[in-house]
Amino acid sequence: MDEQTFTVSALNEYVKALLDSDPILRQVSVRGELSNYKVYPSGHHYFTMKDAEGSLRCVMFRFSAAKLRFRPENGMSVVATGRVTVYPRDGSYQLNVTGLMPEGVGDLQVAFEQLKAKLAAEGLFDPAHKKPLPLFPRRVAVITSGAGAAVHDIIRVLGKRWPLAKILVMPVRVQGMEAPPEIAGAIAYANRHALADLIITGRGGGSLEDLWAFNDERVARAIYASDIPVISAVGHEPDVTIADYVADRRAATPSNGAEIAGPDIQEVTAAVAQTDIRLRQAMAKKLEGLRRELDGLAARPALTDPEVYLGAKAMALDYARARLVAAAAKAAEEKRRAYVALAAKLDALSPLKVLGRGYAIAEKNGAAIRSAADAAVGDRIDVKLSGGSLDCVVEEVHCGEKG
Amino acid sequence: MAKKAEQMSFEQSLARLEEIVKSLEKGDAPLAESLGLFEEGAGLIRACGKLLDEAEQKVVQLRKGPDGEPEELPFE
Repeated sequence: MDEQTFTVSALNEYVKALLDSDPILRQVSVRGELSNYKVYPSGHHYFTMKDAEGSLRCVMFRFSAAKLRFRPENGMSVVATGRVTVYPRDGSYQLNVTGLMPEGVGDLQVAFEQLKAKLAAEGLFDPAHKKPLPLFPRRVAVITSGAGAAVHDIIRVLGKRWPLAKILVMPVRVQGMEAPPEIAGAIAYANRHALADLIITGRGGGSLEDLWAFNDERVARAIYASDIPVISAVGHEPDVTIADYVADRRAATPSNGAEIAGPDIQEVTAAVAQTDIRLRQAMAKKLEGLRRELDGLAARPALTDPEVYLGAKAMALDYARARLVAAAAKAAEEKRRAYVALAAKLDALSPLKVLGRGYAIAEKNGAAIRSAADAAVGDRIDVKLSGGSLDCVVEEVHCGEKG
Repeated sequence: MAKKAEQMSFEQSLARLEEIVKSLEKGDAPLAESLGLFEEGAGLIRACGKLLDEAEQKVVQLRKGPDGEPEELPFE
């Protein structure tokens, strides 16, 4: 066999043709660890895959890179799929990667964790940012598929619980490439036009792939930016999405979302009835209190029985009068006693008593003659003595004689 | 002056009602004022009861109209 001499590029081309024609190398999967990962402005990704003994140069062109659902990081264990090809300029071969998957866990799982960590670090899940839901919502925007079971579940449950709320269905796709911008767009639109005081967004259950729109960064940011409180109601109980973390409230299912959205009309009706009772009781108590106060005044004797009231006064008057009379009588009696004593004394001094003992009183013109000198001959004098008096005429006056 | 029952949201009505009942339950307002509060409370209760009794669910579909403004359509 003749030895052939190749030019460098001819040899590279030969090897390239050889490798390109190998059916195994055309579609091969390689397990290894990512290193030296670089994204070029062109959109192409360049990196190296390594294991303990070797390394492999890899390129992923923009078109394939756009389909990545997670962000490849150095040190990550991955399985790359692609074709082996020669890069003629360097004479080296490389893996032209068309698909890249994290090893062990799904790429969506990795993407989920990556976005969750990123948004958490930015504070999108901060409880302090969460808004309270309206107690009695008036307009509820439901952003979900217009065709799925979710929208009907929400309408049914909310209609039963809180029919006062008007429901605005904003139909969007909830699956596929178009879903995230549609959902995010509807949330922003509802806010721009102040359409509702509460938003429920979500969909029924499905695989992680099906629910993926609710793990999209655009949806997460739209929920975060919403001034209208958002309830995230995605899938079944165990499904947790990024939207659930960002939303003001997480509901386990769409029906649960409707339960959270409004109060139970039965309970509210009962509460209003209870308030009615309290109002009436409070008013009745107030009136009763005033009535008692009035009764208390009316029960006073001056108003209830003026006769008794006046009778008491009359009795007091009688009593006072009796006391007055008694006091007067007592005073009179004392005076009488004093008079009797005085009279007795007077009696002792009475000239009549003296007359009884044989004396006589001579009177002239009604006045007693105290001395013989006071009488003159011819005077008519009246001599009073015991048993009567004598009319006499003085015949002689003897002065200086003992009488 | 309190707003008329019809102009208040359900939430405001309930809040005002609670205020009225608490004030009446304290019982220290003069009679004329108490009667005024009672009238207002009874009016609010009637209005709330009417809302609750006559509540009928409304569902519409919303879409962006040609001018970008929201348009309400019947929801099937």
